[in-house]
Amino acid sequence: MTRRAVARTLVYLSLIAATLVVLLPLGVVLLTSLKTDTEMADGGGALSLPDDPFNFHNYVSAFQGGEMLTAFGNTAVILLVSVGGTVLIGSMTAYAIDRFRFRFKKLVVALFLVAALVPGVTTQVATFQIVNSFGMFDSLWAPIVLYMGTDIVSIYIFLQFVRSIPISLDEAARLDGANSFTIYRKVIFPLLKPAIATVVIVKGITVYNDFYIPFLYMPSEDLGVISTSLFRFKGPYAAHWETISAGAVLVILPTLIVFLSLQRFIYNGFMRGATR
Amino acid sequence: MTDITEKTAFRAGAGAAPAPAPAPATRRHRGWRGLTPWLFLIAPLGLLITFTYAPIANMVAYSFTDWDGVSPELHYTGVGNYTELFTRKDLFQVFFVSGYYLAASAFQIAAALYFATILSFDVRFRNFFKGVLFFPYLINGVAIGFVFLYFFQDGGTLDSVLSLFGVHVDHAWLGTPVSANTSLAGVSVWRYMGVNFVLFLGAIQSIPGELYEAAELDGASRWHQFRYIIAPGIKPVVTLTVILSISGSLSAFEIPYIMTGGATGTETFVIQTLNLAFRFNKTGLASAAAIVLLLIILLVTWVQRRLVPDDKVDLV
Repeated sequence: MTRRAVARTLVYLSLIAATLVVLLPLGVVLLTSLKTDTEMADGGGALSLPDDPFNFHNYVSAFQGGEMLTAFGNTAVILLVSVGGTVLIGSMTAYAIDRFRFRFKKLVVALFLVAALVPGVTTQVATFQIVNSFGMFDSLWAPIVLYMGTDIVSIYIFLQFVRSIPISLDEAARLDGANSFTIYRKVIFPLLKPAIATVVIVKGITVYNDFYIPFLYMPSEDLGVISTSLFRFKGPYAAHWETISAGAVLVILPTLIVFLSLQRFIYNGFMRGATR
Repeated sequence: MTDITEKTAFRAGAGAAPAPAPAPATRRHRGWRGLTPWLFLIAPLGLLITFTYAPIANMVAYSFTDWDGVSPELHYTGVGNYTELFTRKDLFQVFFVSGYYLAASAFQIAAALYFATILSFDVRFRNFFKGVLFFPYLINGVAIGFVFLYFFQDGGTLDSVLSLFGVHVDHAWLGTPVSANTSLAGVSVWRYMGVNFVLFLGAIQSIPGELYEAAELDGASRWHQFRYIIAPGIKPVVTLTVILSISGSLSAFEIPYIMTGGATGTETFVIQTLNLAFRFNKTGLASAAAIVLLLIILLVTWVQRRLVPDDKVDLV
């Protein structure tokens, strides 16, 4: 009995230690973001509390000086268009692959399968030339098209769901005179709602966090997304950790809100995405 | 893979064409119907070919040339780029950096396994701990980079915490190759442990509860429950994770690129490839490097498919 109690204590201790490891670096950045530059210079140490816990001055300067408003705007546009496109493309592909028999089907499935394995960052070496030749370099179109065109995970998620929709529904609609497009639009797509929710969340978080594609394809200052705008803090604010911290908190906060409000969907979504 | 595809084909066939051998009268109708799936696939396939397969084909072609990415002139150099990649010591160096990330993933998987196991039992504040462990995976990579640049700074978070315990280190954490790579690999554990943990936890929770009850009645200890119930139940997911971690370690990129930019010996394979391509205009050599990475990852995945039968890890 006592051995169990010791084991239990150790389990809780390890959990608390892990919680500290996760939260401490984030907490310190939050503290830093609330300090003034004189407090920073005084050298009170990273763990000291800010004198005024409601000092949002750094947030204002991060938001204005770091062009965060433009960044959030650009991110929102890219997010909306590419996630919408991914939902359409993924569900259409899944419908075509699951509900039809056609020539070269195996080849098509294999193409999508193998593409899932290709590490996206390295192929940019040659993708760059193609994006450039379409004249999409340094425009919002480059990330939008790349996010839509190279997302295989969402196709998997849709495929799993399309498969679970009974074929008798298609047949019933067909007997009522519906053609394949009407079936897709009126029968399949509405029933895919849970899958759509999953894809929107997983894809949304991926797009929001992506760094390299916007970094490579949109060097213009006014085309910054949140990742690249935050990355640019490195230059002008190099020694101003309080401003950089405020920027980082501004970027993390929306993620935290989404996570807290949609927890269950997020766990399921990422599990489905990862085991594809 | 094949038999599952066939199953899909069979099921799809059953839905789309109820009569397996259609009469000749319906041939025209069938011809039109044969076109329908392609109408659905034209956009996805177009994007897939343009932005995934065309680049790969181009990369294969570039990898045998000395092209610089801009000039119209290029020369065929045979396998020169590939030999350069494996013989120039400074280029080969990056594979040793992957070693740090490989070691880190071993630790990461062990930790994820441990936390998944203890949180699958009845623990107070379970959802809180689950959320805390998973949350780092969702955070923006640039923000993580800055959080940990401050963490490893002189007089930053880590130094302050250590001085609380009376340890005073006079040493720049990102200052030497060994220390910098270890720190960066540590950040990558911090970031990615949660996703492994949630995967393992899901696998453990899908094991029927009666098995534990029966084991408990038979007097099995927690360790025995892990050894004989949990371990076999999650083996496929763990194998998959191990394989994914290997390709993940080889393609480590964001954390080192954002935090050090590849300085002080922290350059990874992907950083090197991108620098070759976009900083030094060596598109040919960079393409060869990208092809090598692609081949390694395909090989690793092929091994995984051998080890884990497809019916256990749901794939298409």
